[in-house]
Amino acid sequence: MTTHVPGDALVSLNGVNKHYGQLHVLKDINLHVRKGEVVVVIGPSGSGKSTLCRAINRLETIEGGTISIDGKVLPEEGKELAQLRADVGMVFQSFNLFAHKTILENVTLGPIKVKGVAKAQADKEAMALLERVGVGHQAPKLPAQLSGGQQQRVAIARALAMKPKVMLFDEPTSALDPEMINEVLDVMIQLAKEGMTMVVVTHEMGFARKAADRVVFMADGQIVEDAKPEEFFTNPKSDRAKDFLSKLLTH
Amino acid sequence: MEVIIENLPLYWEGLLRTLFLSVVSGIIALVLGTLLAAARVSPVAALRGFSTVYVEILRNTPLTIAFFFAVVVLPRLGVTFQQFEVAAIIALSAYTAAFIAEAVRSGVNSVPLGQAEAARSIGMNFGQVLNLIILPQALRTVIPPLINILIALVKNSSVAGAFFVLELFGYGRQLANANGDQVMAVLLGVAFFYLLLTIPLGILASTVERKVAIAR
Repeated sequence: MTTHVPGDALVSLNGVNKHYGQLHVLKDINLHVRKGEVVVVIGPSGSGKSTLCRAINRLETIEGGTISIDGKVLPEEGKELAQLRADVGMVFQSFNLFAHKTILENVTLGPIKVKGVAKAQADKEAMALLERVGVGHQAPKLPAQLSGGQQQRVAIARALAMKPKVMLFDEPTSALDPEMINEVLDVMIQLAKEGMTMVVVTHEMGFARKAADRVVFMADGQIVEDAKPEEFFTNPKSDRAKDFLSKLLTH
Repeated sequence: MEVIIENLPLYWEGLLRTLFLSVVSGIIALVLGTLLAAARVSPVAALRGFSTVYVEILRNTPLTIAFFFAVVVLPRLGVTFQQFEVAAIIALSAYTAAFIAEAVRSGVNSVPLGQAEAARSIGMNFGQVLNLIILPQALRTVIPPLINILIALVKNSSVAGAFFVLELFGYGRQLANANGDQVMAVLLGVAFFYLLLTIPLGILASTVERKVAIAR
């Protein structure tokens, strides 16, 4: 299915397996994401796409196979894992901004505490990032005072502040009111254009069409299709994907 | 009632000693209890096991046993003290730490899991996640049970009176023995001086609670 050589992959999953009790959520997953590539993962709920995304920075453990980032296999626990995670940005469905910290502190905490960046420098870079995602004027507020869309843009800025090699998005717009989805997607599209390597789990087909280099379709814990967006949306090969797409389009 | 007035200096002395025992034991117990709670949620199985065993033993046995160990058993093992106060502080803080560990652990569990995941995903290690993200947010839910435990500590310190330590209750007993006809008044006085310590603790609790409130 994948056409390129795993050797030049920034994110590499080889034969990854995971169970939740009886449920086989990830079945022998092989996925390789090159530098600068935007891979959108779609599929029905329960297909394992979120688990896949979370496994890439080991928020979910795996039972078999390997996951490597930039050639380094994900360590089990401890210092090396923390270091590797610092290179992988993660954006969650429920934002998960630090509730007791201001917007600015949310963005500067990682650089200051994990990377040892000086506070003045971290503040400056954080403000630039907050401006870039359009929430610069919210810097002194607490997360609860912002709308969902604004919080999610701050969450993207927080991840970017670590200067990650790859960004993971786990259904970043699923918890948002419809009118706020676009403001988040616009930031993500901009990011994709700038060449960020991204793995995006989403239900936003518009985003997949517009920004994805590849669409990965998952069902029942397996990667069923892996194709260019226009190819996948106009001419899906598997019945599973045809069925999934027909349900989306009828509404 | 004049027995109280006449012996005010003695009551005052007892109050100060109880306060001393409580403050020192309280601080040690807070530190030890938080460490035990951290061990309980740590990724290291041995630490989790130790913390669980410690908490279960200490909180499920009477305080008197802890005192007995500190005053009688420890010296036989070669740990000797110049003053019985030290043994009392060891017993009180070891016992109270078990309860504090449980309170802190429940507070840690009250913080949504996503907070820790977000912190880990920007590369924080276990200690940073706990100190910078989880514990500050756990504080709000932990304050009321923590104050309960500290109030219990102030009252529990009276057990020290039975182990050669003179504090508020110990002096009270002396006074009661010396004034057999006014035992009621003497004990009412003791109760009043305990309230002098514990009521402000409750007031402090609600003040701190309002200060550390976090909007979600």
